[in-house]
Amino acid sequence: MAKWDYDGPILEIDQLSISFFTRLREIPAVMDFSCVVQPGEAMGLVGESGCGKSTVALGVMQDLGVNGRIVGGSIKFKGRDLNEMSQEELRDIRGSEIAMIYQEPMASLNPAMKIGKQLMEVPMIHEGVSEKEAYDRALEVVTDVKLPDPKRMLDSFPHQLSGGQQQRIVIAMALMSKPSLLILDEPTTALDVTVEAAVVELVKDLGKKYGTSMLFISHNLGLVLETCDRICVMYSGEAVETGSIADVFDNMRHPYTQALFRSIPLPGADKNARPLKAIPGNFPLPHERPPGCNFGPRCDYFEGGRCDAGDIKMSEVPGDDRHGSRCLKWTEIDWDAPMVVTDAKEKAKPGDVVLKMDNLKKYYEVAANAMFGGGGKKVVKANETLSFEARESETLAIVGESGCGKSTFAKVLMGLETATDGSITMLNQGIESIPIQERSTDTVKNVQMVFQNPFDTLNPSMTVGSQIMRALEIFGVGDTVDARRQRMLELLDLVKLPRAFADRMPRQLSGGQKQRVGIARAFAGDAKIVVADEPVSALDVSVQAAVTDLLMEIQREHKTTLLFISHDLSIVRYLSDRVMVMYLGHVVEMGSTDQVFAPPYHPYTEALLSAVPIADTSVEKEHIVLEGDIPSAMNPPSGCPFQTRCRWKSEVPGGLCEKEVPPVRHLAEGHQVKCHLADDILARMNPVIKVAAE
Amino acid sequence: MGLFILRRSGVMLLTALCLTFIVFFLTNLGPNLEKLAKTQGNFRMTEAEVASYLGDRGYLQPTMYKYAEWLGVKPGFKTVKEDGSVVGRCVRPGVPVEETPEYCGLLQGNWGFSTVFKDDVSEIVWKRLGLTGYLMFWVMLVMVPGALIFGVLSGMREGSRTDRTLSTTAITFTATPEYVSGVIFIALFASSAGFGRIFKGSATSAMESANFENFFLPVITISLYGLGYIARMTRASMAEVMTAQYIRTARLKGVSFRNIVLKHALRNALIAPFTVIMLQIPWLLNGVVIVETLFNYKGFGWLLVQAAGNNDIDLLLACSVVAVVVVLLTQLISDIGYVFLNPRIRVS
Amino acid sequence: MELLSWGAIITQILIQFIPVWIALFLTFTVSIMFKRKLGLYGKLFDSPIGMVGYALVMFWVFTAIFADLIMTHDPLAQISSMKNKVPGTPVSGADEGIFEHYLLGGDALARDVFSRMVKGSQIVVTIAPFATLFAFMVGITLGLPAGYFGGKFDTVLSFLANLILAFPVILLFYLLVTPEIVATGLPTYMAMVLFLFPIIFLVILFNSRFFTQPQKRNIMVAAIVGVGGWLYLSLISQSNTPVNFMGALDGFDVAGGILIVFVSVVFVNSPTVFRIVRGLALDIQTRDYVAAAQTRGEGPWYIMLWEILPNARGPLIVDFCLRIGYTTILLGTLGFFGLGLPPESPDWGTTINAGRRLLSAFPHPAIVPAVALVTLVLGLNLLADGLREESLRD
Repeated sequence: MAKWDYDGPILEIDQLSISFFTRLREIPAVMDFSCVVQPGEAMGLVGESGCGKSTVALGVMQDLGVNGRIVGGSIKFKGRDLNEMSQEELRDIRGSEIAMIYQEPMASLNPAMKIGKQLMEVPMIHEGVSEKEAYDRALEVVTDVKLPDPKRMLDSFPHQLSGGQQQRIVIAMALMSKPSLLILDEPTTALDVTVEAAVVELVKDLGKKYGTSMLFISHNLGLVLETCDRICVMYSGEAVETGSIADVFDNMRHPYTQALFRSIPLPGADKNARPLKAIPGNFPLPHERPPGCNFGPRCDYFEGGRCDAGDIKMSEVPGDDRHGSRCLKWTEIDWDAPMVVTDAKEKAKPGDVVLKMDNLKKYYEVAANAMFGGGGKKVVKANETLSFEARESETLAIVGESGCGKSTFAKVLMGLETATDGSITMLNQGIESIPIQERSTDTVKNVQMVFQNPFDTLNPSMTVGSQIMRALEIFGVGDTVDARRQRMLELLDLVKLPRAFADRMPRQLSGGQKQRVGIARAFAGDAKIVVADEPVSALDVSVQAAVTDLLMEIQREHKTTLLFISHDLSIVRYLSDRVMVMYLGHVVEMGSTDQVFAPPYHPYTEALLSAVPIADTSVEKEHIVLEGDIPSAMNPPSGCPFQTRCRWKSEVPGGLCEKEVPPVRHLAEGHQVKCHLADDILARMNPVIKVAAE
Repeated sequence: MGLFILRRSGVMLLTALCLTFIVFFLTNLGPNLEKLAKTQGNFRMTEAEVASYLGDRGYLQPTMYKYAEWLGVKPGFKTVKEDGSVVGRCVRPGVPVEETPEYCGLLQGNWGFSTVFKDDVSEIVWKRLGLTGYLMFWVMLVMVPGALIFGVLSGMREGSRTDRTLSTTAITFTATPEYVSGVIFIALFASSAGFGRIFKGSATSAMESANFENFFLPVITISLYGLGYIARMTRASMAEVMTAQYIRTARLKGVSFRNIVLKHALRNALIAPFTVIMLQIPWLLNGVVIVETLFNYKGFGWLLVQAAGNNDIDLLLACSVVAVVVVLLTQLISDIGYVFLNPRIRVS
Repeated sequence: MELLSWGAIITQILIQFIPVWIALFLTFTVSIMFKRKLGLYGKLFDSPIGMVGYALVMFWVFTAIFADLIMTHDPLAQISSMKNKVPGTPVSGADEGIFEHYLLGGDALARDVFSRMVKGSQIVVTIAPFATLFAFMVGITLGLPAGYFGGKFDTVLSFLANLILAFPVILLFYLLVTPEIVATGLPTYMAMVLFLFPIIFLVILFNSRFFTQPQKRNIMVAAIVGVGGWLYLSLISQSNTPVNFMGALDGFDVAGGILIVFVSVVFVNSPTVFRIVRGLALDIQTRDYVAAAQTRGEGPWYIMLWEILPNARGPLIVDFCLRIGYTTILLGTLGFFGLGLPPESPDWGTTINAGRRLLSAFPHPAIVPAVALVTLVLGLNLLADGLREESLRD
C-alpha cells in the first residue's frame, strides 16, 4: 500500500504546533504553522537558526525524538494525516514516499556499509525487489546524479568519496524509490561554493525529471531564489510570510522579510553609499518570546499596545497568489518608502604601505600515511609565491574555497608558523622568520586576528571581561588592574556591548555577541593590522550585517588595515577595496574590487562569481557549473592548478595549461591574473552578473 | 601494514627489554639478594657466608653484567670451588660439570632455574600457563558474549527502563573487584552459612579435572568485573551510534528498528568494544592472580605470586616477559583488528 | 545475655550510625535547597543515580569522620572468648562498661568485625582521594606538555607511561612494596620525585598567570615554595628510613607503611591520568581560543594551564571520581596480598585477606569489609556516572 494516488496537494500542513519538553518546561519550537505544497512544486523554508524550520521537517517525518511532540494541528500527506498513522504505516512511507536529505553528507551515510548496499536497501525494503533489480536501479540513479564511474562508486565506502560526491549519493538514495516529496534540510551548507552550485543545479534538474515536490530548507535567500517556486519565511517558531518567490522577493509584506533583505549585501550595494542595515536586537530564546508579535521588539514599525496585545494570525494579501503575512500593520506600512540611510560615511583614503609580502612560500612536510607512518614524506605547498602590499585603512579581501591556503597564510603572518621562503615586511620590519614567541610585544599587538567560529573563539571558562583584560595585560596596556578594567569597559563600548557583559561567561552570549568580544580583544592593543578569518560566516544573516558594520566602523576610526578572509563574494564585494583570489595556494587573480568583479576574469573567479547565490530577482547570472571537486593540496594537478576544472582550457593551444604554471600577468594598473589565456580571449569574456535595468 | 607491524614489534622488543631490566634491577637489590641467600642456604648465615654464597653464584657482579648473562650475550658466571665443585649460573643439579654450557640465557632458549621450585623455569611456566589458559578460555567464553549482549541491549534504547536496569547492574559489576566478588560467592555458594555448599570454594581439584562444581566460581569471579566494564563500553558505543545521523537516515529510509540495530548500528558499535576487549586481556591477568590465589588454583597467577613473594629472580623475570608479551601482543592485535573493522582507516 | 536477632542487629547498627544520618540529612537538605546556584554539583541532585552515588560516598566519608563515635569496641582489642563468633554474640569475659555485643561478630583474632570495618573506612577515605589527587597532579604536569608540544618529549613520556602500564599491577606492587625493597629506600626516593610535582604544578600555574605583575607573582611563588616545601620535606623525611634529615624540623611522620602504599598507588595511577590529559590537550589545543592566546603572545604554560586545563575539567572530574574508586580497589588488592600495611591494620583489604582463610566456615569477617568496599566503589562509580550525564546535558 506504499503508494497511492491523490490529486490534491502533496503536503498540507495546517496550524501545526510542535513543542520540546525538558525537565523544566515545555519549549514551543513551532507554532501555528501552515503551508501547502502542490505536486511538482518546490517550497523554500527560510529563516535563521533556531527559527524552527528543521523542526517542521522532522515533524513531517514524524521523527521528533523522545522529547519532541506535536501538540496541535495536522500534517496531511496526499490527503492522509501523518499524525494518525501507526509506526508501520510511517515506515512504509518513509523512504518510499517522503525522503529527506540533510546537512552533513558524511554523517548521513553509514561509514561501515558499502554505498551500493545502502542504496539498494531502499527498494528492497519498500518494493520487495530482488537484489539484482535493486542493483540495476542503484546504478541508474547514480548515473542520474552525474557521478563518474557508477559501478566503482557503488562498491566504495563513504569515506572514499569527496564531500560533493557524498552529497550526490545522499540525493541518489533519496530518489531511489521515486518519492513524491523530498525534504532537503540545508543540503549544501557544508560544501564549498562551487561544489554547492553544482549540487543545487542537480537537485533542480532531478526534481523536474522525477516530478518530485520539494521542501527546501535553507538560511540562504539566494539559494531559495534559485531553486524554489514558493517561499515561506519563518521567525522564532512562526511562519511570518509566505507566497510565491516573486511576490515575497519583490513585494514583501512583512517587516521581518524586509529587514532580512536589507541586511544582506546585494550586488548593487556599496559599504559607504548604501550600508547594510542590521536588524537591531537579538533573536528571542524560545522560552523568552515576547507577547504578541515575536518580531515586535526588533521591528521598526512596532506599535505598543497593539503589536504586543495578543496572538496574531496569518492574513491573506489580496490579489497575489496565496500570499500571506503575519503582520497587523501590513496594510498601513508604506512598502515602497526608500530605506532610511544612516549617514553615509566617507571612504577612508588608503595611507602608507604597512604590510608587504614578497614571494612568500610555505611548504609543509607531512607523512604520506598517517596511520602506519613511514612511506615517505610529502610536501604540501600551502602557499606559492604570494606577493602583495596592504596599506593603512585598506581592506584587502582574500577569497578562496577550502584548501586554497588562506588560513596558512594567516598563520604565517601571525607568526604561528614561519615562512619557508620569501619575506614579510610589516612597518619596515622583516617578520617572516620570527615565530610568535620571539616577537616583541609591539609586533604582536600590531597584528591581531578575529576568528571564524564564535563558539570557539572565547575561552568557555573565563569571564568576558577577564579575557579582554588578559589581552590588555599581555600587551602592556594600563599599569594597574583598575586602569585595565577601565580600558576593558571602553572596549566593550567600542563593540557596542553593554558594560554588564564584562562579568558574563561566554556561554551566556549569543554568537554575534561573542564575535564582538573577539573583535574587542583583537583591538585591545590598537592593532595596526587585523586579520579577520571568515568572521561572520558562522553567524545568522541578520547578525552578520551588524558585526560586519562594526568591524568596518572600528577600522575607519583606527585606520586599521583589514585582511578579510572569506569565501562569500557578496560580502567581499560590499566591503573590500582590493580582492585577492586564491586557489590551491596560488594567487590566481588580484586587483581592486571593481577590476576583479568585472571582466576580464580569471576563469576561476568567473566560476566563483557565478556560483554565489544572489537573493535579488533582478539579477541575471550566467550559469557556469564546474566539474568535479577541488583537488587535494597534497596532490595538486600539474601545470596550472585550476586546469582540471577550467572551462576555458581548450582555448589555450598546445596543452600549455597542463605543463606550466602560468606566469603572473598584469592586465591593468594593479590588476593581475595567473592564466595562460590570450589577451583577446580575456577581452571577450562577458560579465557573469548583470543587474537588469529597472 | 607490514612496516607498521615491524615498527610495533621493534617497540615491543624495546619495551620488553626495559621492563625486564627494571624487574632485574629491583630483584637484584641488596636486601633482596640477602633474602635469597638466606632462604636458599639457611637463615642463620653470617654476613660473610651470605657474601660468599652470592659471590660464588655471580650475584655480586654489576647489574648490567648479570642482565647480559640472563639475556645470553655474555658467558654465564662460574666459580670453581676449592673442593673442585662448580657453582654458577648455568650449573644445574644432576647435570655433570662438563655438560654445563658456556652461555645460558634467553638467546639460548634457557630461561633460568627456579630457586623455589628447583626446576627449569620454562617448564614450570609452560605448565602453569596451560592451566591459566584453560581458565581464561572459559572466562572469555562467558564474558565476551555476555558483555556484548548486555551492552547492545542497554545501548540500543538509551534511557529506557531496560537500559537503566542493565547499566546499573554493569556499574555494580565494575565496582566489585575480584577479591570481593570471590569472597561473596564463596560465602554464599560454598559455605554452610550461605545457600549451602553448592560449589566448591577451592579450585585445586580443577587442575586435574575441571567440572562445573569446582570451576564455575573462579570463572564467574574473573568474568564479572570485565563483563561490567566491556558492557559499559559497548553501551556507550552503541548509544553513540544510535544517535548518529546515518541511523536517522536509515530510520527515515523506512528500515525497521530490528534491522537498524542489526544491519546499521551493530558493526559500527562493535569497533570500540573490540579494542576494549583486547586491552582487557592483560587486565584479566590481575583478576587471574587474585582468583588463583583465592581459589588455590595453581596457574600462572599463582606462580607469579610465588615467584614475587620468594624473590625467585629467574622465575619472576620469565613471568614478567610473559606478561609483557601478552600486553603488547594484545595491543598489536587490537590495533590491527581496529583497522580491519573500521573501513575508514583501512584504505586511507 | 543471649544472641541478638538479625532485626536487633540491624536496629543497633542503624543507631550506631546516627551521627552519619544527621550529617547526610543536613548535606542533602542544604544542597537540594541551593541546587540551582551550585553549578555542576547542584545539577547532581537532578539525577537519581548521581544522588544515590553521592549518598553512598558521603556515607563513608562521614563514617570516617565520626568513626570514634560509631565504633563499639577498640578495633585492635582482642577478647579471647569472642574468636570467630557469629554476629550478635554478647561479649563475655571482658571488663564492665563496654558495649555488650559484637554486632557483626568476631574475627579469627577475636576482634570486633564491626568496629574494624568502621575504623578501616578512615584509612581508605584518607588515602584514596589524596593518592588520586597526587596522581592527577603528576599526570597533568606531564600530560599537558606532552599533548601540547608533541614531538620527542611526547614520544619518550608516552613510552614510559606505556611501560608502566605494561606491568601487571600486582607484579609492580610485589616489586615495590616488599619489606626488602622498602629497606633500600626506593619507595622513599620515588616519593621524593612524585611529591615534587604538586609544588612544580602550583608554581608554574601562578607564574604563568602573573608573570606580568612580578611583585604579586614573587609573593605567591614564595608562599607556595615555603609552605609546600616544608610539607614536602616533612613528608619525605621519615624516621627509620634512609631518608631522614629534618630532625627537629620534621613536621610529621606518616604511619608505618602508609607512605609506601601511597607512593605505589600514585605511581600506578599516574600513567593513565597522563594519557587522558594528553588526549584532552591534543583535542583542545585545536580550538580558536588557544590560537587567540597564541597570537597575543602567551607563553606555552599559560595556554596549557589556563586555556586548556580549565576546559578539560568535565572529563577530568568524572575520571577523578572513577579513579578514587579504582584506587580503593588497588588499596584492597594490596591488602589482599598482605603488602604494605601491617597485618593488624583494620583497612578493608587486609581484613578481607585475614578473613578469607576461614571463609567457608566463618564468612562474616571477610564479607563485612567486602560489602563495605563494594558500596564505596559503587557509590563513586554512580557519582561519576551522574556527573557525566549531567555535564553532557543542556
